[in-house]
Amino acid sequence: MTSLLPMDELLANLEDGVRRQYQQLDNPALVGIRTGGVWLANRLHERLGLSEPIGELDISFYRDDFSRLGLNPRVRPSSLPFETQGRNIVLVDDVIMSGRTIRAAMNELFDYGRPARIVLATLLDLGARELPVQPDIAGQSLTLPRDKRLKLRGPDPLRVEAVTLSDARGGESDQ
Amino acid sequence: MSLTWARNPERVRIEGATLVDPASGQQTDRSVLIDRGRVAALGAPADESPVDRVVSGHGCLLTPGLTDLYASLREPGDGQKGSMASEARAAARGGFTTVCTAPDSSPVNDSGAITSLIRDLAARHSPIQVLPLGAATRELAGERLSDMVGLTGSGCVALSNGGEPLANARVLRRCMAYARTFGITLMLQPENATLAAGGFAHDGRITARLGLVGVPEVAETAAVAEMVLLAEETGVRLHLSQLSTARGVAMLREARDRGLAVTGDVAIHHLCFTEEALGGFDSRFHLRPPLRSERDRQALLAGVNDGTLSAIVSQHQPHDDAAKRAPLAETAPGLSTIESVLSLGLERVAAGELEQSALIRALTVGPAAVLDLPEPALVEGAHADLCLFDPAAEWHPSADTLMSTGKNAPVMDRSLPGVVHQTWCGGHPVHSTGDNAGNGSGLT
Amino acid sequence: MSVVEDPARSIQLTDDGDLRHFLTLDGLDRTMLTRILDTADSFIEVGARRIKNVPLLRGSTVVNLFFESSTRTRSTFELAAKRLSADVLNLDIGTSATAKGESLSDTLLNLEAMASDMFVVRHSRSGAAHFIASQVTPGVAIINAGDGRHSHPTQAMLDMLTIRQHKGGFEGLKVAIVGDILHSRVARAQIRALNTLGVEEVRVIAPDTLLPTDVESLGCRVDDSMQSGLADVDVIIMLRLQRERMEGALLPSEREFYRVYGLSNEKLAWAHPEAIVMHPGPINRGVEIESAVADGPQSVILDQVTNGIAIRMAVMSMAMGGQRATAWNRTGEGSS
Repeated sequence: MTSLLPMDELLANLEDGVRRQYQQLDNPALVGIRTGGVWLANRLHERLGLSEPIGELDISFYRDDFSRLGLNPRVRPSSLPFETQGRNIVLVDDVIMSGRTIRAAMNELFDYGRPARIVLATLLDLGARELPVQPDIAGQSLTLPRDKRLKLRGPDPLRVEAVTLSDARGGESDQ
Repeated sequence: MSLTWARNPERVRIEGATLVDPASGQQTDRSVLIDRGRVAALGAPADESPVDRVVSGHGCLLTPGLTDLYASLREPGDGQKGSMASEARAAARGGFTTVCTAPDSSPVNDSGAITSLIRDLAARHSPIQVLPLGAATRELAGERLSDMVGLTGSGCVALSNGGEPLANARVLRRCMAYARTFGITLMLQPENATLAAGGFAHDGRITARLGLVGVPEVAETAAVAEMVLLAEETGVRLHLSQLSTARGVAMLREARDRGLAVTGDVAIHHLCFTEEALGGFDSRFHLRPPLRSERDRQALLAGVNDGTLSAIVSQHQPHDDAAKRAPLAETAPGLSTIESVLSLGLERVAAGELEQSALIRALTVGPAAVLDLPEPALVEGAHADLCLFDPAAEWHPSADTLMSTGKNAPVMDRSLPGVVHQTWCGGHPVHSTGDNAGNGSGLT
Repeated sequence: MSVVEDPARSIQLTDDGDLRHFLTLDGLDRTMLTRILDTADSFIEVGARRIKNVPLLRGSTVVNLFFESSTRTRSTFELAAKRLSADVLNLDIGTSATAKGESLSDTLLNLEAMASDMFVVRHSRSGAAHFIASQVTPGVAIINAGDGRHSHPTQAMLDMLTIRQHKGGFEGLKVAIVGDILHSRVARAQIRALNTLGVEEVRVIAPDTLLPTDVESLGCRVDDSMQSGLADVDVIIMLRLQRERMEGALLPSEREFYRVYGLSNEKLAWAHPEAIVMHPGPINRGVEIESAVADGPQSVILDQVTNGIAIRMAVMSMAMGGQRATAWNRTGEGSS
């Protein structure tokens, strides 16, 4: 297993990738997935010097594990303070594994209007995909032992924490 | 079940039990000899007699068989709620040897013919003594007087209007006057029908919270006042059935202090539960009169302790499951209690709320006096109507263990203290747990 | 004494303390009520989207079981269920089944054969929703849409949401509820919710004939007069007056009721200048409330309607979630 890069480098990689997308795409909008993705989107917003506020997605109403876990008790309203219809979207999350979170987030985004294009940026790509969803930008790609996970803590300072799973059931998704 | 009336009952000696004198509450440890349906000897003479069987009463109390002034035995009528056989057997299990059966049978016991039918059913199916209560008005409708003389002539020991009110004060006054003429005791549940109209719970905290239609306290007290005044005027022998309020008990006490021949009783559940029992819409506790406040419950207990209330009754109302399976207002009122009366009472004794002597008095000499029956006592020559129970042993009421067809018992989810090991009626064993039955080794 | 525990809490909450039915506000703490309000806030945002549906109840069947007809309430439940992507079946059986003498338990047995996941129940008997919850197979959620005089918890919660939107919170608020408290399931639920959420004071204003005995035990103060009762209040809730109250000798006439308790601009002036005026609807103009007040700047009656859908989406998804999570934990299997 390759070792985890320091946060500075992870953020720099993410920022470089997103900056390139901003150069190529026509007027993209930045949307973070709550909560880690929102922290990162805010950081990118600042570092890229964007003027338009970021969007925040709370995917609780779109999760595919509702029938196992019930409704997230801490659901908060999503906030997309711009029109998404026909827009290019840079979707930001902290970690991608199964891909289920991204599927839920894309479903939610479409309910606001049909985007022209969605680009996915994640701080970490931990593999173990269960759906055909790949990030366009990743701060680092890593492969972890089965019982290990990485979690973004924040918002200030942002840091990555290793978590050991005790319950196999809880580890099937990265939602 | 097989009845043993025809055979000459066996000679039995009860050894090791503590005898409770029901009038005084005094306890003595003596053997009792049962022979030819009577208490044949006590103490040393009993010990020395040859017997067919010895019953161990160690750790148990022995009292006269219990008397219940009000139980619905459901026959003739609704077979799915119970029968003479099932409910009388349940009563025997509860320690009862004399039970007054309510007039709310189907058809209503409002004629001598029905009374005779009930007595015939009892003679064939009941191991214990069943005394019919006649209906005070035709079909219990509260409008027209029943054939009171015909009813008492056929064997009704008193007249009652079940849980139904009389139409108005004029009917009540005439009912009392007519009954007085023939020396008939009226047992009436005091409820002002218009004040209670539509209600099925005590008008108080719980009805406020659950939005139930309430029966106010004054529905009882207004009726008590009216009944006492009319009884005083007509001179009828009045018994107030199933008082539920503190003020009702106070009014009864005041009337008795004035020298009126008025008596009263309380149902066992009103001594044990309050309006809170309905908190989760538990339809079992839909009762009439309703369970009231804690203050009322305390006053009812005090009324039993000081003798203001002559009797504790079962107000046994077995129901089939469907009668209780509906939103509260649409369910039938009543609990299946006859097997638990003694246990529920002993639980109050253990809680320090009820005196044991008062409990036994209110289940024996108290109700007997209301009906002018011979005073139950454990003396030589008395009828061998006996109840042998272990106040400390426990049992667990459940749908499987209850003998009553009605599984709507107040306590079903935990054990109760007080196991009746044996009940004898006229010297015949009418209930036995088998735990204390001797095997004939007492033959000498 | 023998204590019979109030099973309201255990019947509507899972072992983890989540909702699995929504029958009453009794037994629900401030955290739970706040969670319902917060979840509803999220659903309000959903209602502003191009596509207003979320997939939470996809594949679930919700049956609106109305034993007492109410087109308005049923419609908001129907819309809420559809926005959660559920299949909805409306059954108005107020007059059909019961008129034929079929018992409620028999009706339920028949309906369960339709493999429903949730019953939204309205019934004229207090405790009907509790009763149905005690009878249905595990996994089926019951939502109380009004039972007799007992409770109308979704109405009370949408009122709480409306108050929170306009007042920012509940602390320090004085709330007056005016009118027929005795027959009102809405008022009972509101008084409970306001107390749980920690308002400073709940006052009820009504003649004694329209107050339950021991009403204070619910957590409110009784005021005989509008002038003293409305003094300095932040929220005024007017209740609907049913016309049949005149028949039972509870009230002399609508005219006299309006004269004493009807909310006019003149009486509204006794309240705090920023007081909001609420009414669960439908309004009897000129009986409980003057049109100028109902349509005036302090009225938030239309917000209540909007919030009704979000609150119902919140409790339906929470209860369904609680049932599903319980089933998952029990069997170790899910249907996702």
